[in-house]
Amino acid sequence: MEELIFGRLTLREIPYDNPIIMATLGGSTMLLLCIAFLIWYHGKWSYLWKEWFTSVDHKRIGIMYVVLALVMLLRGFADALLMRTQQALAEGSAQGYLPPDHYNQIFSAHGTIMIIFVAMPFFIGLMNIIVPLQIGARDVAYPFLNSVSFWLTASSAALVMLSLGLGNFSHAGWSGYPPLSEKYYSPGPGVDYWIWGLQLGGVGTLMTGINFFVTILRLRAPGMTLMKMPIFSWTILVTNVLIMLAFPVLTVVLALLALDRYTGMHFFTNHGGGNLMMFTNLFWIWGHPEVYIVILPAFGIYSEVAATFSKKRLFGYTSMVYASVAIATLSFMVWLHHFFTMGAGANVNAFFGIATMVIAIPTGVKIFNWLFTFYRGRIEFTTPVLWTLGFIVTFCIGGMTGVLLAVPGADFELHNSEFLIAHFHNMLIPGALFGYFAGYAYWFPKVFGFKLDETWGKRAFWLWIVGFYLAFMPLYALGFMGMPRRLIHYDNSHWQPYLVVALSGTLIIFGGILCQILQLTLSIRNRARLRDETGDPWDGRTLEWSTPSPPPAYNFARIPQIHTRDAFHSMKKQARRTEEVDYEAILLPRSSSLGPIMGGLTFVLGFSLVWYLWWSAILALAGLIGCVIARSWDEHTEEELSAQEVRAIETALRHPGASVSFAEKSPPIQNLTFERSPLP
Amino acid sequence: MKKWIIPWMGALLLCPSWLWACTGNCGDQWAVLTPRGTIAGQEKTLILTALGLMLLVVVPVILMTFLFAWKYRASNPRADYDPDWDHSPLIEWVVWTIPTLIVAVLGYLVWTSSHTLSPYRPIASSQPQFEVQVVAMDWKWLFIYPEWHIATVNRLVIPAGVPIHFSLTSDAVMSSFFIPQLGGQIYAMAGMKTHLHLIADRPGVFQGYNTQFSGQGFSGMTFETVATSGEAFRQWVHQVETGGQVLDRATFAILEKPSINEAPRLYSLALPDLFDSILSKDTTLRTMTSHSPAPMTAIED
Amino acid sequence: MTPAHPPLELANTGREQDHDSVGLATFGFWLYLMTDCVLFAALFATYAVLHQNFAGGPTGKDLFDIPYVFVETLCLLLSSTSVGLALLAMQRLDRTRLLYGLGLTVLLGVGFIGMELHEFFRLLSAGNGPQRSGFLSAFFTLVGTHGLHVTVGLIWMINMILQIGRRGITLPIRSRLIRLSLFWHFLDLIWIGVFTLVYLMGVRS
Repeated sequence: MEELIFGRLTLREIPYDNPIIMATLGGSTMLLLCIAFLIWYHGKWSYLWKEWFTSVDHKRIGIMYVVLALVMLLRGFADALLMRTQQALAEGSAQGYLPPDHYNQIFSAHGTIMIIFVAMPFFIGLMNIIVPLQIGARDVAYPFLNSVSFWLTASSAALVMLSLGLGNFSHAGWSGYPPLSEKYYSPGPGVDYWIWGLQLGGVGTLMTGINFFVTILRLRAPGMTLMKMPIFSWTILVTNVLIMLAFPVLTVVLALLALDRYTGMHFFTNHGGGNLMMFTNLFWIWGHPEVYIVILPAFGIYSEVAATFSKKRLFGYTSMVYASVAIATLSFMVWLHHFFTMGAGANVNAFFGIATMVIAIPTGVKIFNWLFTFYRGRIEFTTPVLWTLGFIVTFCIGGMTGVLLAVPGADFELHNSEFLIAHFHNMLIPGALFGYFAGYAYWFPKVFGFKLDETWGKRAFWLWIVGFYLAFMPLYALGFMGMPRRLIHYDNSHWQPYLVVALSGTLIIFGGILCQILQLTLSIRNRARLRDETGDPWDGRTLEWSTPSPPPAYNFARIPQIHTRDAFHSMKKQARRTEEVDYEAILLPRSSSLGPIMGGLTFVLGFSLVWYLWWSAILALAGLIGCVIARSWDEHTEEELSAQEVRAIETALRHPGASVSFAEKSPPIQNLTFERSPLP
Repeated sequence: MKKWIIPWMGALLLCPSWLWACTGNCGDQWAVLTPRGTIAGQEKTLILTALGLMLLVVVPVILMTFLFAWKYRASNPRADYDPDWDHSPLIEWVVWTIPTLIVAVLGYLVWTSSHTLSPYRPIASSQPQFEVQVVAMDWKWLFIYPEWHIATVNRLVIPAGVPIHFSLTSDAVMSSFFIPQLGGQIYAMAGMKTHLHLIADRPGVFQGYNTQFSGQGFSGMTFETVATSGEAFRQWVHQVETGGQVLDRATFAILEKPSINEAPRLYSLALPDLFDSILSKDTTLRTMTSHSPAPMTAIED
Repeated sequence: MTPAHPPLELANTGREQDHDSVGLATFGFWLYLMTDCVLFAALFATYAVLHQNFAGGPTGKDLFDIPYVFVETLCLLLSSTSVGLALLAMQRLDRTRLLYGLGLTVLLGVGFIGMELHEFFRLLSAGNGPQRSGFLSAFFTLVGTHGLHVTVGLIWMINMILQIGRRGITLPIRSRLIRLSLFWHFLDLIWIGVFTLVYLMGVRS
């Protein structure tokens, strides 16, 4: 009976005996309660619910995605710090300070969180905010679906975070290879947290992929042909194709593992006719495109930043587009390079090795094109440019070691070693994270109406880049010393100095993160001084800079007509002031509380499945189906903004003085909703 | 302390420079760069050749980045400024061609080396092949010498100068068998047999690892590989045979229980087809049924 | 007061893109079906890898009852026809025939699901459940996933019948019916793959 109600959930699942976890848990619970109390104290809960949580505005959803990514970045980084400290200590007779079951969870959580809950929401957030603005659209194709996607991602992130304090997280690595991840070897709830965290968030990502693909293909402003589209939107288009093709495979592979674990089927088991090699194949058929899913958007950001801050057109636009498409196509032909050591024949290994190297061609072309964008430019060394330059130099090294690993004969010696760790961090940190940081600094004034503090931004950059080299170059050396990855302890005094240097690099990166926190705090405090009233602080070239900052809910009161590639740049050059604008009524999607409700139900569903609470899983699933049905009965999903109201908003936004006065006392985003709130 | 200075300098001067320094004379701790067998030697050459070829492009690109960034800084009014220049057929042609050429050369290298260095390819030698069967267990390595009727745990002894043929499988989860100074690794998987051919040129002691994370006892799953002369090897076998410990069904049942940081053990072998029965998942060997509780709880001590 | 507008050249009308909401929804749904195609492709691939892993258990030849599955297949194929007829009625705004068409489709769909469940129970009660072997795991998962899709389609269809009854053939309802029929035909297509690759080829080998 007790099992029927509580499944396998007992109070013993709280790790009382682990002081590190309990302290973290206590601290974060206190912090959450404090934040919740402060919001309540200032009476902002209903504001948050009405204007943010239930919002279907792509800009707000985008901001929430980025906030989620930044919070999860802190968690993922804390994991990194714990791991580096353990490895720096645990040589010879010293055992370090982490017990194995905790350490193994940490590296599994670090990988899962950094890929799925930092990189993914970060670029999805930026793409949410910018893509509709850049292509001259009023919103995404399916605004409500967008909200559901976000809440699915947020609730699966919450599920992963919960595993810290209730039960444990997977200890089978972020890629969860069976049979280690099978129930026989991992009976606890850890792998189940991993499965449902990835699975539910993955469904949200898939819906986002469809949403933005349709948005870009169908909602571009008149005259914006595909080859006149800003390059960031192009990389996003390609990324979303990758999402649509890759994520269903992740759904399948996780579902099959779940069936093995929950119902005793034999997909990847050692006996009963299972085949574990099928998991590695399916997992990397998703996993390798996933790398490009997080890197391609950053490539797009670098292109925008390079052109804008060199005050020059992007060099080789056409090449850039073809290179992106080529990278995406090839990314589905290389998955086997993640396991050359599985014993496939020489022909198979050679084929996948060469296919992998071929990706270096379009990637190399991109690097050259960025360089020639800088060539004969007038480069302003703003923070986004620093991230871009740091990326180019660092990414070259990572690319080189990547091509090296693509040589099967070399991979046999370097696979699964610290060299591999160094390599993929060398790709993903500059190749994705630096790009998102560049985009964050570049588009921040568009979103909030004031710039980020440059001094602290540059300090953050320098600490990050120095810390990066100190943290990861020693790992290449350790790879040449034959050190396997994921060790909790080792007996080799030659390795220790390198691991201590790596730890020091991690601490310097921590300094960089502190600078970023300080940068954000100071920028908010000094927002009056950093304010941008033009909507175009960098002399931008693409359409998003033609809107006021922050843009009104409908983005464009009138949709612009596009003739050229750098549309806004050429419009500025022609300097044609529109005299009298005829505004027209605009249909806006209405906020819906179904998004957060469905997110909550998804969380309950995932939680119930982890703990075998079948009754509540069934209830949550029924609730989710009910939500979809309820939505289909809702006939009032849109509201109309009359031409007069549009005119009033535009006048307030465009007229100097008006925007300053109301922005003084509250965050700027709020003002727009103030304009909207009297509506029925 | 010299030991501490090298990593700091190495980190600061990036990987290529210290790699260069290490290709000459560095200590045995640089396992991948100090090969002690033909296969490992070829793999090291392959690594350095590929790196050298790529540096031909990577170094100029990095230099160009610094040069362009400096020369075309906004505060330099003497530099050319050409805001509408966005296309040059010549440059486009060059930037597609150079990476393509390098990749073509590397591709050729990949094709040939994948075949010569395939782990499944026997090493040409006048000596007959020496057979070792490897079983990855939770969390130790079992080495079976079928021709000599002995078995060892976490200690591999092989004759030097003789090509070794390893057949591998796993009794539990997936593991990866790796002796960096002798050559590359291969996975060991339950129910499947993989192969690896290695050779030690001269007698010596080399560290071996499992590189594929396999659970709680993963870090302790290391072993020493001792390459000896043929004579010394026969003496060692004799010692093991007369050492008293026998690997029979009862001993194997104990051995099969998950354990951490196992010290090396030597057995004479009473189960002649042990490897094949592990491979075919012969359940008569097992003490644990497939649905017994997890092994995790059994190793707390 | 005239707003100080940025130097934008404006398109003739901004409402252009709002218009074709049915087309937009259909296009997105069609893309969803393509991703579902990838999902089924992965399941078919899994089945292909495991279809000989009997682990000493029964083979397809021992288990599959082709005439039975043929009737099941006929149910689904006929339901595709009836949903097509329903769509034709929708175009003519013929509410009665539309409802008859959908009702018939639901009946055939329920028949299909009922037959599938019966087959599953028959296998399970003989000890040939998905736990028996890799082959049976793949079989139950592939066929079951298709069945799950059909079930979702049935819930959707019943919901649509209720909506038509309450609201008539409005534009959003037509948009949904177009998507529903796409979904239904898609499931038909997948089933033809299942019938051929799993059942017909299963009894041959």
